[in-house]
Amino acid sequence: MRPSAARLLNILVPVKRAVDYAVKIRVNPQQTGIDTNVKHSMNPFDEIAVEEAVRLRERLKDQIKSIKAVTIGPPKSIDTLRTALAMGADSAIHVEMPESAPAPEPLAVAKALRAIIEKQEGGVDLVILGKQAIDDDLGLTGQMLAGLLNWPQATFASKVDIDVAKKEATVVREIDGGGEEIRCHLPLIITTDLRLNEPRYASLPNIMKAKKKPIEKLSASDLGVDLSPILETLKVSEPPKRVGGGKVESVDELIAKLKDAGITAV
Amino acid sequence: MLSVSRILVRQLPSRIARANYSVAAPATAFAPLNSVTESDITHFATILSPSSLLSTLSPTSTSPEELDQFNNDWMGRFRGNSTTVVKPKTTQEVSEILKRCYEKRIGVVPQGGNTGLVGGSVPVNDEVILSLANMNKVRSFDPVSGILVADAGCILQSLTDYVAPHNHIMPIDLGAKGSCQIGGNVATNAGGLRLLRYGSLHGTVLGLEVVLPDGTILDQLTTLRKDNTGYDLKQLFIGAEGTLGVITAVSILTPPAPQASNNVILALPSFDKVLPLYQVVKQQLSEILSAFEFIDRTAYDLAVKHGQGRALSDEDVEGAECFVLVETSGGRREHDEEKLSHLLETLFEADKPLINTGVLSQSPAQFSSLWALREGVTEAVSKEGKAYKYDISVPLSSFKDVVDGTREHLHSRGLLHDKAVKHVLGYGHVGDGNLHLNIVADAYLPEIEDALEPYIYQVVASHRGSISAEHGIGAMKTHALHYSKDKVSIGLMKKIKEMFDPRGIMNPGKVLE
Repeated sequence: MRPSAARLLNILVPVKRAVDYAVKIRVNPQQTGIDTNVKHSMNPFDEIAVEEAVRLRERLKDQIKSIKAVTIGPPKSIDTLRTALAMGADSAIHVEMPESAPAPEPLAVAKALRAIIEKQEGGVDLVILGKQAIDDDLGLTGQMLAGLLNWPQATFASKVDIDVAKKEATVVREIDGGGEEIRCHLPLIITTDLRLNEPRYASLPNIMKAKKKPIEKLSASDLGVDLSPILETLKVSEPPKRVGGGKVESVDELIAKLKDAGITAV
Repeated sequence: MLSVSRILVRQLPSRIARANYSVAAPATAFAPLNSVTESDITHFATILSPSSLLSTLSPTSTSPEELDQFNNDWMGRFRGNSTTVVKPKTTQEVSEILKRCYEKRIGVVPQGGNTGLVGGSVPVNDEVILSLANMNKVRSFDPVSGILVADAGCILQSLTDYVAPHNHIMPIDLGAKGSCQIGGNVATNAGGLRLLRYGSLHGTVLGLEVVLPDGTILDQLTTLRKDNTGYDLKQLFIGAEGTLGVITAVSILTPPAPQASNNVILALPSFDKVLPLYQVVKQQLSEILSAFEFIDRTAYDLAVKHGQGRALSDEDVEGAECFVLVETSGGRREHDEEKLSHLLETLFEADKPLINTGVLSQSPAQFSSLWALREGVTEAVSKEGKAYKYDISVPLSSFKDVVDGTREHLHSRGLLHDKAVKHVLGYGHVGDGNLHLNIVADAYLPEIEDALEPYIYQVVASHRGSISAEHGIGAMKTHALHYSKDKVSIGLMKKIKEMFDPRGIMNPGKVLE
């Protein structure tokens, strides 16, 4: 018997409900943000994070004690948690915000996650989260959380191995021109990159089971954090529309058009 | 250039070995047709703008390569020898061209996106190709009624894009949507993925403008939902494959765009569960059910083997004899999801379950991936070997018998082994009674063809089915038409043809022998 195996791992997977990547983004008429009345799904990088946690359990079996998903967002974010639970998370936390509240920024999210981690009775040994959310593309939460907790961080992971006995993780990171292999001590923050894995489908039996898994509801005040943004959005606008080409019937017409456009022979 | 998927690729050449198939002479009772001459070109030049006339004859003298894309079908299977392509911009121009061709007894092949599967849109000899590509304007759209009136040459995708901002969709969707034209869709009565939900074009097309073979313009371009005033002539042109006239404009009813879509793949322990499942699904999902597609195990395994969509986990597919893909689309996501989830609970918790298990898509990415398992079968089949494909309509209950019977038949002929037929598989639209029967062989062999035909056509006939559910007859299946239509019907079809086209110039050699 390995004496150190007594400490089993608790994994926390923060997930975000984001506008689905397949949706065409439209700026609202007031130019204050985008039309959010469209299909949402779990941020793809977070889906990879959930998948990785579930795969760790499939590999390490009982050495993974718990996988808990957490999200911060409006009531509809519960769908995202159900997806995480259907994929294999054991339980979830929903930090609920009013429907109309502005989306929280990475620093506030990181502070809320820190408060959640501190509240967990068995502690948290590993946080796996997406390297960025595809809606705001900020890519800061994991790093800020590592800073706040003073934990090591392995960002942009494309391969993760955990040695539970040694309380160590070996992570391959995506860097320019290749991979960088690093070894870190637990507790650890891992942010996931695209090549880490391919998330599974939620099977019907697991979707049914997920409906019975516990979701704990919390509010920002329960955690003692303020989720209101500190950045002010001045204006959101679409990139300029691409102007299509036209057909000309003759060379003369082409030359005339070029002249009109101010292009002349040298 | 051609988008290749769902419908388009459902049927690949079943007799590719017979490469000179297309030059078979059209055996009709009509007087022989004439070739285009230089004087015809001169005449066409007075009707059309220079960019609308391509001909290898002088004075135009286009290079023959430029005509290749019009003379050949996209599969490279059917090949015409036309010297001349006309691309009129107005109905009037179409009328004047036909008038000339009628006078001179020159054959005319109307051509849309040229994405058909049965060689209906390319010449059998040297007929003039009348491309509708330049007639590509939307004439009107009423966002209240959803009625769209458009030129025949409008590409299906561009019409979809046109009505999208008004929250409407086209009632028809198929794999070739990026290339196919609405006129061609109507002329071939194309089926496609939305048929279960929105019905066939015989219902959604409200009016047509057609130029008859002698140049007369038949204006039936009304936008009326109801119009019981005598014979409904436009119906004759829907599915006539351009043998009665040239469709130049279409009035079509577009449904409101669904606000939410979901899909699920269900694994079934045996085929006999498909029909009871279809009943339950239809009853519970009712108006939001938009697809009910069937894939047998062989088809699924091939799709997975050739990387079409992400496979289900091993435990999910264990013991499954076939799969069903169910798609919903409706007006309100919460409502649809609740219905779907209730259905799944019922199915899953039943005492005698109809399904083993299944997966429910959680995101549009998974939605596409599940569809890819179904749509990818075609591509997988062509990667696996040489495919003989049959697009047939038979009663739902006989799907499996037809597939198993064909396999058994090939086995009894000693043709079911690695060097001959490798797989016999079935998939298709359960909701529409449309089965795609595929035979994957190591190579195209005459003995396989002899074993398959007329065997399959006879099986179809014995079920009173259709030898061509949604692909049409074209030049490819004229010889087999009698398996689906009796003598009386074919006799009437010939009379209709003679009445509209007494000189036999319209798309000769197609549909009728």
